[in-house]
Amino acid sequence: MLYREAGQYKSSYASDMAVFPLKEDRIGIAVILAIALVAVPFLGSDFFIASVMIPFLIFSLAAIGLNILTGYTGLISLGTAAFMGVGAYSCYKLTTLFPGVNIIVLILLSGLFSAGIGVLFGLPSLRIKGFYLAVATLAAQFFLQWAFVRVPWLFNYNASGAIEVPQRTLFDIPLTGAAATPETRYFVCLGLVVVLTWFASNIVHGKLGRSWMAVRDMDIAAELMGIKLLNAKLMAFAVSSYFCGVAGAMMIFLWYGGGEAADVFSIRLSFNILFMVIIGGLGSLIGSFFGAAFLSILPTALKFGLPALGIPIQGAAAEHVTFMLVGALIITFLIVEPHGLARLWQIGKQKLRTWPFPY
Amino acid sequence: MSDIATRPAPSLLASPLVKFGLIVAAIVVALAIGVRLDTSNTLYAIFVDPFQQMVQAPDLLVQTVWEGLVSGVLYALIALGFVLIFKASGVFNFAQGIMVVFAALTLVGLYEKGVPAFLAVIITLGVMFALAVTIERVVLRPLVNQPDIILFMATFGITYFLIGFGEALFGGNPKQMIAEQLYLPKGAVDLQILGGLVSLQKIDIAAALIASLMIAALAAFFQYTRIGRALRAVADSHKAALSVGISLNQIWVIVWFTAGIVALITGIMWGARSDVSFALEIVALKALPVLILGGFTSIPGAIVGGLIIGIGEKLGEFYWGPLVGGGIESWLAYFIALGFLLFRPQGLFGDKIIERI
Repeated sequence: MLYREAGQYKSSYASDMAVFPLKEDRIGIAVILAIALVAVPFLGSDFFIASVMIPFLIFSLAAIGLNILTGYTGLISLGTAAFMGVGAYSCYKLTTLFPGVNIIVLILLSGLFSAGIGVLFGLPSLRIKGFYLAVATLAAQFFLQWAFVRVPWLFNYNASGAIEVPQRTLFDIPLTGAAATPETRYFVCLGLVVVLTWFASNIVHGKLGRSWMAVRDMDIAAELMGIKLLNAKLMAFAVSSYFCGVAGAMMIFLWYGGGEAADVFSIRLSFNILFMVIIGGLGSLIGSFFGAAFLSILPTALKFGLPALGIPIQGAAAEHVTFMLVGALIITFLIVEPHGLARLWQIGKQKLRTWPFPY
Repeated sequence: MSDIATRPAPSLLASPLVKFGLIVAAIVVALAIGVRLDTSNTLYAIFVDPFQQMVQAPDLLVQTVWEGLVSGVLYALIALGFVLIFKASGVFNFAQGIMVVFAALTLVGLYEKGVPAFLAVIITLGVMFALAVTIERVVLRPLVNQPDIILFMATFGITYFLIGFGEALFGGNPKQMIAEQLYLPKGAVDLQILGGLVSLQKIDIAAALIASLMIAALAAFFQYTRIGRALRAVADSHKAALSVGISLNQIWVIVWFTAGIVALITGIMWGARSDVSFALEIVALKALPVLILGGFTSIPGAIVGGLIIGIGEKLGEFYWGPLVGGGIESWLAYFIALGFLLFRPQGLFGDKIIERI
């Protein structure tokens, strides 16, 4: 009734190929952005912003990064956390070497280092695929994690062996460090995520994205069509690692504010992000957001939601229940909808389009 | 597993001998030039000194190789569980590591509740059987005919569930394996070899023996029994097996149960050496490089791969680790596998997969 394309004519190629061809979709995006920009910071408590929204945004960005590699190009990676770590450490090195440069610029730049490392570890992907590639990326994960601990140059020879996030400001408003308010950090995260998502959307809808999907669907056929596998695969690694690196830098600088970075970027995190991508939907940007929301908010919701419902559960027991529930939900989702939450969203939209007369 | 690439490399260097010769020649030339230019003795420390140490103290070398052999047996056992399930159901079972922990925890937990040790073993086997049936019913059957990656993810789900379930039931604290009650030996045997003293833990010897026995038993089971034949048929082709009346569901339960038994034995062996905790989850990932070395479908491959990785890792850590600050054990196995992949992607004993358009 409300959501349908009747009467919306497309008079140009551009409007036909638009990412959001329906007016209702564009209104929806505008509403979501308005909620994110106005409602969340003004109505949400500090706790909600700092431990629900900021992690959600950062995980979304990381999930988009991995989705470019796994969902769009079909290359499995279990080294996401390590690439995020590269971003975090290079941002730390950059900001200590160039304290005058704005931290947002440095966060964006640090992704480039991550991209370089990603390309390096992506080289085996030219010969191997599937689980074999997963092992190659595991090599990256464990090697880089080892390097984060054993190469003191990376954390500036701190006695603690951890990244200590310095205070950096923009127009005298502290963005990072202890003095930054959750709202400021949230706005920085939101801005970066929105801009980078827009970039990602343009990339995957453009020539590069199409060549990735061709490689994913059948690499030999793609090669015959004139797509250079070397370039396409390495670009996928580079772009994916760039997004992951930026997410990693944001994670340490805007969310954790320092701490044992080497522990943060563990194999657990890699798996978590892979789950987000799979549950959200392979090869779907909006799916990355769904997956990140699902898996980053679920543990927090369980931790605080179950006691609120009157189910007495805390501490260790809550964690165990979370693990069991996440496991069970992963299996349930795979059985009910192997194409992830994004597919459910599509089905919902289709239902809505024909409502209330589905036949 | 049709999606593993084994696209032939460009055939410029078609003959492996020529290729190998060229590589060796390149290394020799590089070394010769390097030694001339080497001022800080880096190359000496990497290429000469470790071997000198090996020759000078052969007892230490034997000890290191033995340690590697023992951890290799553990990797091989985990990899064996992977291979069993992969062969029969095409599922890459990530949950094998956590099944080991779960089996060991159940055993120890039952013993702590006052169940006699051997009865506890039998009950644990029952639990593993129930687990196999549940997994087949709840996870595998609804996911028939899905892509590999979905099934792979489902085993992640099983892993998470078992972690939560195990911790909720038995607590997350490391536990002591009931090695004595199961009549496993302890203490060490000291051998006088090559002018030095090599100390072998009795439990390690027992582990190696039990592992070999189990592998022999598995091989016999696969080769000579009715169910074993059915298993091999399913491994060859699901469709053909179905068409001659083999029940896939039944076979899957049997295979997962067999993997459960392997997991229990692995858990006992590993728990007797250190303690029973969830740290094995990470160790279980080492089974991946082992599988790459051995090939995903080969039981002897899993064993040999496990031993190569175990020994390579320990030698690397002991002789080359100090050069970069130690701790290289955590990633060396993956690099060994990676190097290996570039030359023989199907593994030592794996099936050569031909990819078609």
